[in-house]
Amino acid sequence: MDITEYFTDYTLRTITLGTAVLGAICGMLGSFAVLRKESLLGDAISHAALPGIAIAFLITGAKDSNVLLLGALVSGLIGTWWIRGIVSKTHLKTDTALGLILSLFFGFGMLLLTYIQKQPNANQAGLDKYLFGQAATLVESDVIMMSIVTGISLLVLLLFWKEFKLLLFDANYAMTLGFNTKFIDGLISFFIVLAIVIGLQTVGVVLMSAMLLAPAAAARQWTNSLSVMVLLAAIFGMFSGVFGTAISASQPNLSTGPVIVLVATVFVVFSFIFSPGRGILFKQIRLLRNRRELELQKTLYFMYSIVRKHEDTSRPHAIRILNNFQGFTKNTLSQLEQKHWITIQGTNWSLTDLGFDTASNLYNTYIPET
Amino acid sequence: MNPSLEIQLIAAVTAAACAIPGVFLVLRKMALISDAISHSILPGIVIGFMITQDLASPWLILLAAVSGIITVILVEMIQKTGLVKEDTAIGLVFPALFSVGVILIAQNANDVHLDVDAVLLGELAFAPFDRLYWNGTDMGPKALWIISGILMLTVTLLLAFYKELKLSTFDIGLSSALGFSPVILHYGLMSVASVTTVAAFDAVGAILVVALMITPAAAAYLLTTDLKKMLVLSLIFGVGSAIGGYWVAHGLDASISGSITTVLGLLFLTVYLFAPSKGLIAVLLRQNRQRKEVSLLTFLLHLNNHDSVEERRVAHLQEHINWRKVRATSVLDLAVRNNMIVIEDQVVSLTRKGLEFTEKALEYIITNKDEKIEDMKDDFFLFRG
Repeated sequence: MDITEYFTDYTLRTITLGTAVLGAICGMLGSFAVLRKESLLGDAISHAALPGIAIAFLITGAKDSNVLLLGALVSGLIGTWWIRGIVSKTHLKTDTALGLILSLFFGFGMLLLTYIQKQPNANQAGLDKYLFGQAATLVESDVIMMSIVTGISLLVLLLFWKEFKLLLFDANYAMTLGFNTKFIDGLISFFIVLAIVIGLQTVGVVLMSAMLLAPAAAARQWTNSLSVMVLLAAIFGMFSGVFGTAISASQPNLSTGPVIVLVATVFVVFSFIFSPGRGILFKQIRLLRNRRELELQKTLYFMYSIVRKHEDTSRPHAIRILNNFQGFTKNTLSQLEQKHWITIQGTNWSLTDLGFDTASNLYNTYIPET
Repeated sequence: MNPSLEIQLIAAVTAAACAIPGVFLVLRKMALISDAISHSILPGIVIGFMITQDLASPWLILLAAVSGIITVILVEMIQKTGLVKEDTAIGLVFPALFSVGVILIAQNANDVHLDVDAVLLGELAFAPFDRLYWNGTDMGPKALWIISGILMLTVTLLLAFYKELKLSTFDIGLSSALGFSPVILHYGLMSVASVTTVAAFDAVGAILVVALMITPAAAAYLLTTDLKKMLVLSLIFGVGSAIGGYWVAHGLDASISGSITTVLGLLFLTVYLFAPSKGLIAVLLRQNRQRKEVSLLTFLLHLNNHDSVEERRVAHLQEHINWRKVRATSVLDLAVRNNMIVIEDQVVSLTRKGLEFTEKALEYIITNKDEKIEDMKDDFFLFRG
């Protein structure tokens, strides 16, 4: 595929823009969902939006996507509110509440959809694009609306940044400072639901949760700062959208939504492995390095325990006597020599003054000075 | 057998087969695993279908169950790295696997007669058309045989390992100390959940499987805390909603699985609102009563502290403790009705009983010992009566 197609092909340009904007808003708001330990809220809400779409269609009879999305928003908010109600008023746990709302709302939505399909109304075709998402149906007005919503949520995010951050990390403190935590909580939930609803048309009910949390989970691995995380998540989300669209356009029979999700998953896997601070690879390397360091110290200390009873601490000893000690290898010996802790002459080793000092202070170094 | 009866039978047996593992999933706080499994079996189903070209082949069920178990293993692997929380791990794994399934279907659209809709939503109405023939005789719908087999298996496993399951669900430490491997039980339960999901998806769809697993168990959990009763109740709820849902669908001419879910939803809503002691209304009433009791106690302590007549005027008290008028009146009423106080000329004073009660309360607050409050509990019950 030629790169110029992006600028000449109307459909492709619209879809790419749309998925990029969607990825950005999902990454941005998804960061909050992930940090609030509400990753699966996205899954529940995207399913819970279905009856709203069906009811909006039943009432208006129109297929205007803005009206349908308004219905989805209302029903998603009702779902969120009910989940909160179940968790706070009964002893059922969050997972059960999410599963309940997800399946019950979705089933009710299916009932309504099949009911609509039986109606003598030719206009109903295409409602099920919200189920699996069809990026191909994106038009310019959709992209404009997405951009407006993204702009508004960015504005609100900046305005209430301090409050959101405080609520996220220390809700009780926020309450004692006199912030209206219920309002702030509602606000952030509202925007998360909004992002989900916007994405339904593009990636569909099932994959929406991944759109929301994959960029955020990837971004989390690279930083401990909230602002950097939100920014990174937005960038990851955006690139998932752009790459996903490009890959799916380059081959026939590749649906856009799933490809975007897989690209986002690749971002996550890459971050899990290669992030310098938390990644599995560097963690493993650090672990090995620590283990080797410890072995070195063990060997040195063993030598020290042999030597310290003698008056002349640098007296040579046979390497042979280290044999029943497990930490010792040829490699450790040469490393110890490199550090100038010991000297090796033939089959004998002797501790240097530096080595003796290091060994005698080995277990003191970590005691903080008082 | 006519198709209507067969559909009801399939729905009822599926509901029963889902309800049993569902109870344990809800109790073990793993309800969402069922959702994850129900989506991530898609690639297994597609690959199985590409090999066998038969939606009801046992290979399909096996492969799908394997991909369900792979989901569980992947979730646990990600969780063990400690990089993200459990719920994020679930949310990352199943959409990825589902995407693989969707892409596989789209890529092989020409030779796979399988729809994502069919997997997610299912169509119970068609289940009786796929029949099992044995030596040329019609043995009934294939789906019924498969799901009945799964139900038998689940019931057998439940009866065999009831004690172990119960123990590891409620006290995982004790159960591993006694030598029951929690890992084996965990994967056993997950395998049963996977197999049930796979067997049921073809008839009722993936989403209904989740509803059938979680909803009856959640509703039962609001009504009882006894595991045996909970199992029985969720079986009743599941089977009842399945049959009720069929008739709703019949009346509305709509999707059967959608109707069953809707009936389940209404059932849960009813239980959620009206369950004795754990329902929403009961909880709100209880919270209200407790708030009133605490107010009463505060009020009595306040009276005990202020001897002068000026400070015991009704109007002044309202101002002093800063209650809204309605609550102040209801607390006053409660206190008067229980002979804790008397009101003469708008001046409140403690009676002997009120004084004793307040002294006891004070003693409890100071010493914070449980035995001090024992007698008071009876007094509180008097208010409630």
